[in-house]
Amino acid sequence: MSNAPVDNSRRRFLTAATSVVGGAGVVAAAVPFIASWNPSTRAKSAGAPVEVDITKIEPGQLIRVEWRSKPVWIVYRTPKMLEQISSISEDNLKDANSTADQQPEYARNAYRSKKEEIFVAVGICTHLGCSPSYLSDGYQEIVEGQDSGFYCPCHGSKFDMAGRVFSGVPAGANLQVPPHYFVNDTTILIGEDGGAA
Amino acid sequence: MFKNLVEWIDARIPMTRTYEMHMSKYPAPKNMNFWYVFGFLATIVLVNQLVTGIWLTMSYEPSAAGAFASVEYIMRDVEYGWVIRYMHSTGASAFFVVVYLHMFRGLMYGSYQKPRELLWLFGMFIYLALMAEAFMGYLLPWGQMSYWGAQVIIGLFGTIPVIGEDLALWIRGDYVVSGATLNRFFALHVIALPLVIVILVFLHIVALHEVGSNNPDGVDVKRPKGTVADEDKTKFEFHEYYTSKKDLLDDVVPFFPHMVLKDLMAFGVFLFIFTYIMFFNPDFYGKFIEHPNFEPANNLKTPEHVFPVWYFTPFYAILKAVPDPFGGMVTMFASIILLALIPWIDRGKVRSWRYRCGLHKVNLIIFAMVFIVLGYLGATPATPFKETMAKLFTIAYFMFFVALWLYSKNEKTKPLPERITK
Repeated sequence: MSNAPVDNSRRRFLTAATSVVGGAGVVAAAVPFIASWNPSTRAKSAGAPVEVDITKIEPGQLIRVEWRSKPVWIVYRTPKMLEQISSISEDNLKDANSTADQQPEYARNAYRSKKEEIFVAVGICTHLGCSPSYLSDGYQEIVEGQDSGFYCPCHGSKFDMAGRVFSGVPAGANLQVPPHYFVNDTTILIGEDGGAA
Repeated sequence: MFKNLVEWIDARIPMTRTYEMHMSKYPAPKNMNFWYVFGFLATIVLVNQLVTGIWLTMSYEPSAAGAFASVEYIMRDVEYGWVIRYMHSTGASAFFVVVYLHMFRGLMYGSYQKPRELLWLFGMFIYLALMAEAFMGYLLPWGQMSYWGAQVIIGLFGTIPVIGEDLALWIRGDYVVSGATLNRFFALHVIALPLVIVILVFLHIVALHEVGSNNPDGVDVKRPKGTVADEDKTKFEFHEYYTSKKDLLDDVVPFFPHMVLKDLMAFGVFLFIFTYIMFFNPDFYGKFIEHPNFEPANNLKTPEHVFPVWYFTPFYAILKAVPDPFGGMVTMFASIILLALIPWIDRGKVRSWRYRCGLHKVNLIIFAMVFIVLGYLGATPATPFKETMAKLFTIAYFMFFVALWLYSKNEKTKPLPERITK
């Protein structure tokens, strides 16, 4: 090769400049590969709000609807159920006053719902994603003084009729309340807060 | 004619040289015992998984609507489809059996110690890739346990503070495990991870042949150049790559045919067990293929109990032993990372447990038993008693590393033999 003296500072600059430009190129090229793992437009549109007719729901009954492929429960709570929710001592619950963001603001109340009797929640255990069972009676064996509640068969997490998690179980948070609003007295829209939220 | 062909090839690619370096003229310690067959068996099982896997993709349909039915189709209508699928499903469990024994061998004889740290690390990377491979493969039949197992494990990522929920969403590609998840797991299971595993296995073997195989005595069979008298030198001819740098003691034999024949013998025994399970007990009492998996995935109904397959249950028990989900995940990953760091946790200089202190033997045996008990606890429904046990055994698991780190510093070892023993 030639014996021409090497200009080291120029070489260093060129090496650094090439590396930076090349690095930026690699980062830019990685974007489509990483972004393509996000939910597709189809998956997102399948996650659109769901309208539910609640005229046929009986007191004490739970109906399941699918929203974003998740089971969403709508429970018509009886006055006795509501009474028992208020009767639980705060010490037995991990988050009795719904301080964690597991519900929209309008459900951050004693019964974690918009209307006292209608409870809407995502039926997925906040521990590891199983779906708890609804026991409309016979819950006495699981939690004393409660006739009804939710029990997760996977790891034994327990929730009251407002979806609040009991102490001493693996789940750390209350059941999630999805955004929802009452379109009218007989219809709920799940997945949107609604203008008058 | 044949000689000419070999010469023609050798002038263009180092075929003979590679064969001699890694097979016929590779020095293997002559005292390698049956514990040394599991690396070979793991390679055989890897080939089995690759071949049967390729054949399964020919009839499998990677979609939420068609996956479960296509597996039934393979089992019932494809000629010998059931054989190929059971070879693959039994092979997955066999892979972990031989890998766990292979790892225990490394722990017994100190095969991770200097200069084999990188060899051990490559092994741990293979183990991690294998776990990912097995986890994603288990989703593909799209049965109830496939589905809910994936839901639970991906849910783990959701427990990471701040970014967790978005990360889990990104991994699933949907708000729950869905067809999008199935398809990406299929792509990773059949292309990306096998490629990674094969490359890692290649590097594992290259690293092994660079430093040389360890042996049950853990003493070196290679000595610095010029320190070995001629009558103590090996009588076999080995590749110049090994003899030019070091003197080889008369304790080594060529890998081919000596070690390969021993490995083939083990392969014969392995085949007896493997085929027995494959033909007579392919789901192995619901352990290799869990019973809820005979039901198609249903995202609105959780099986009564969700357990991962047996080879994950020790880590699952550790995960559940910690009350906080995120803490459980950190603890679980720590349990694997500590195993990878063992070359640096063990401060001892003597490799084989034959010449180490009695405490080391006890510690290692207890560790193996703790691992098995955790595996049992992670595979059965929780009771208050078992929950307490899982906590105790999780602590015991970590105590292995603490104890090892403490006693290995000033350990009372037995005198090492000058040469390997019989």
